[in-house]
Amino acid sequence: MHKYANPTRFMKIANTVMPWTTAIAVICFVIGLPVALYTSPPDYQQGDTVRIMYIHVPAAWLALMAYMVTAGGSAVFLIWRHTIAHVIARASAPVGAVFCALCLFTGMLWGKPMWGTPWVWDARLTSMLILLFLYLGYIALGDAFDDQERGDKAQAVLALVGSVNVPIIHFSVEWWNTLHQPSIVTMQGLTINAQMALPLLLMVGAFQCFYISVVVIRLRAELLSAKIRVARQNLAASGVPVAAE
Amino acid sequence: MTRKTRRLYFVALGLLAVAAGVGLMLSAVSDNVTFFASPSDLKTKSLTANQRLRLGGLVEEGSVARDGNTVKFIVTDTAERVNVSYAGILPDLFREGQGVVAEGHLAPDGVFVADDVLAKHDENYMPREVAEALKESGHWQEGGDPNAAPDIAVRETATP
Amino acid sequence: MEALSEFFAMGGYATYVWTAYGLALFGIGGILLISLKSWKAREREFTALRGPSRQ
Repeated sequence: MHKYANPTRFMKIANTVMPWTTAIAVICFVIGLPVALYTSPPDYQQGDTVRIMYIHVPAAWLALMAYMVTAGGSAVFLIWRHTIAHVIARASAPVGAVFCALCLFTGMLWGKPMWGTPWVWDARLTSMLILLFLYLGYIALGDAFDDQERGDKAQAVLALVGSVNVPIIHFSVEWWNTLHQPSIVTMQGLTINAQMALPLLLMVGAFQCFYISVVVIRLRAELLSAKIRVARQNLAASGVPVAAE
Repeated sequence: MTRKTRRLYFVALGLLAVAAGVGLMLSAVSDNVTFFASPSDLKTKSLTANQRLRLGGLVEEGSVARDGNTVKFIVTDTAERVNVSYAGILPDLFREGQGVVAEGHLAPDGVFVADDVLAKHDENYMPREVAEALKESGHWQEGGDPNAAPDIAVRETATP
Repeated sequence: MEALSEFFAMGGYATYVWTAYGLALFGIGGILLISLKSWKAREREFTALRGPSRQ
């Protein structure tokens, strides 16, 4: 495992994976969107609003997964001091935040016509909103410290502390009475008809692969920033005047 | 013990402490985290006059009666039943046999007077034809798929 | 033509369904564009920084 802590080696793998995930994401979107919007049947109770689920559920799963990447990377960074793990954690968070917000907004658009309200303070909705705040706090903390090393550590600690929210989100619908329905994933499989599982799984594939591709792009940018910092320091040390950042 | 293993234990213990703290806090406020009370909860709960609360369960089949602007129906968790009266607009998903959460207070005559009614749906999604075929073949269970997670009434009574 | 307007009507839930898909497009496209832009900008900055020191 520690072999891949080397950024050059890690990016080599990431750069090989990226064209594939991009291709799969495009294919899943191209097939998934018409299936989600047109060929799949309306629900027997909820009619066409069930189509919101094909955005809402993949966004929710991705928001949780991206947070687990951020928290996992932060743990590896704090324990083994692998900088690449922290860079991955940082690259993952903004993407996760976008999908977390998407999950909340599509949930409101679904709740308004079906439940009769866009928002209630039940355990599932509240814990998901807390996840968005954790993401925003994590991103904001990244620029809050002058001392970069301390800033990195503070970010990692926040990500780790916030990770207790992940099981709470998942089990909220089982531990407490909520307005939100339980998960469609059970021990016996999906509680969703095959004709509806198809667009759902296509969109899950599209979102997940899209996430990997965007994180790789963000990794490149993050690693370049580090190189730029070093190059500036070298230039300053060699006495060549550099324009301020 | 190397510095790395020490840090590993430190992180693991720290996480455990945070999880334990949050867990204790949540179990302490569990009554507030719970979004609604079931009809059975309502029977055992001691309520002050006009105390606002949410009542959740299934709308009993055949219990919905409209009287002008007012709708009367029975909310059940299969063990207990509560009469509900509500004047206002019902959500699209409000149906007999479907989950519902009503917000309001318990009147002295035992009728739950709701000022807001929300529909609660389950995690089963299927096209209309499939639902009809299931009903025809007798493999239909109101409020939940027999093979899936226990339906909401069972979940409510099982939760301490 | 009728099938098309029926498709856009979404069984009366057009506002909700199409807003949800519009938001998805906005979010997915937005994060992709921001990420691509910042990568390209830093690449330019890095080559500019490295350029003079090599001469």
